[in-house]
Amino acid sequence: MSGNSTAIYAAPGLSFEAEEHHDHDHAGKALSGFWLFMMSDLIIFGLFFATYATMLTPMSYAGGPTPKDLFELPGAAMETAALLTSTLTFGFASLAVKYDMGRGKVLGWLAVTLALGMVFLGLEIREFVHMFAIGAVPERSGFLSSFFGLVPLHGAHVTAGSIWLIIMMIQIARKGVDETAKSRLARLALFWHFLDIIWIGIFSVVYLGGIA
Amino acid sequence: MSSAPKTSMTKEEAAAAYSHDIKGYLTGFVLAVVLTVIPFGMVAMGGFGFGTVIGTIAVLGLIQMVVHVKYFLHVDFSADQREYLHLMLFSLLLLFIMAAGTIWILVNLQGRMMGM
Repeated sequence: MSGNSTAIYAAPGLSFEAEEHHDHDHAGKALSGFWLFMMSDLIIFGLFFATYATMLTPMSYAGGPTPKDLFELPGAAMETAALLTSTLTFGFASLAVKYDMGRGKVLGWLAVTLALGMVFLGLEIREFVHMFAIGAVPERSGFLSSFFGLVPLHGAHVTAGSIWLIIMMIQIARKGVDETAKSRLARLALFWHFLDIIWIGIFSVVYLGGIA
Repeated sequence: MSSAPKTSMTKEEAAAAYSHDIKGYLTGFVLAVVLTVIPFGMVAMGGFGFGTVIGTIAVLGLIQMVVHVKYFLHVDFSADQREYLHLMLFSLLLLFIMAAGTIWILVNLQGRMMGM
């Protein structure tokens, strides 16, 4: 170690930086941490997909309803349209933040995103209610257990994202678009866009693959 | 992800950067819509072979995921995004090993049980 030992101890963690970068980009660090969480979430989703794929056999249908009996294209198409559009409107909110276009615009685009998220959740709940009504419950077959493991897990994430959106809207309405809000919105944007990528997997594997 | 524009930017520069960014989101959205509508259309119309439909859904789905990563998550091959790209690729490698292994083992097991 070179002479300047206090500086070395001042830089926390496994770091070979000789000098402490004060407050070196806290928002960037927080975003990196959130990326790690997102990737662990990706693996959880991926394994639920793998389980679902192994349950697409006559043995796992156990004489119960098959994907062809249960899934319909218009519902999946509307859910996809809502979520895909919400990813674009979140992008507009991000740009309104990035180019300092004012609290009103940011709140407006976040509200549109939230509304589309609610439309998505409404359609999904309607589908689950219908499935339960015709006896397609998780305990009916291995296939249905894996379906209710995968798709509502995504729905739970969208619900969490929607609650987060509401909290951010309250925060921005009260305190404006400050550095804290920007840092949090960047992570929420990552979360929201990530959920839309997972949905591509769900509409491809579960709905289109199931109906085809 | 969304690094704030430099304060030294002139109004014209900021406007140009804004229109560049908004074009990025719109390009991503249009590509995503096209890549979604094609497989939905194929399944809705029917009449294609099962293998063709599944193959198209898989390929277009993967392309759409890449489009989302590039245009919405803004992760590409640029130097400042490389760490995220590496993180994502390594996570995908782990996921591939676990998911492909799960499917392999269970399909194999099913084959053996059917034979009994």
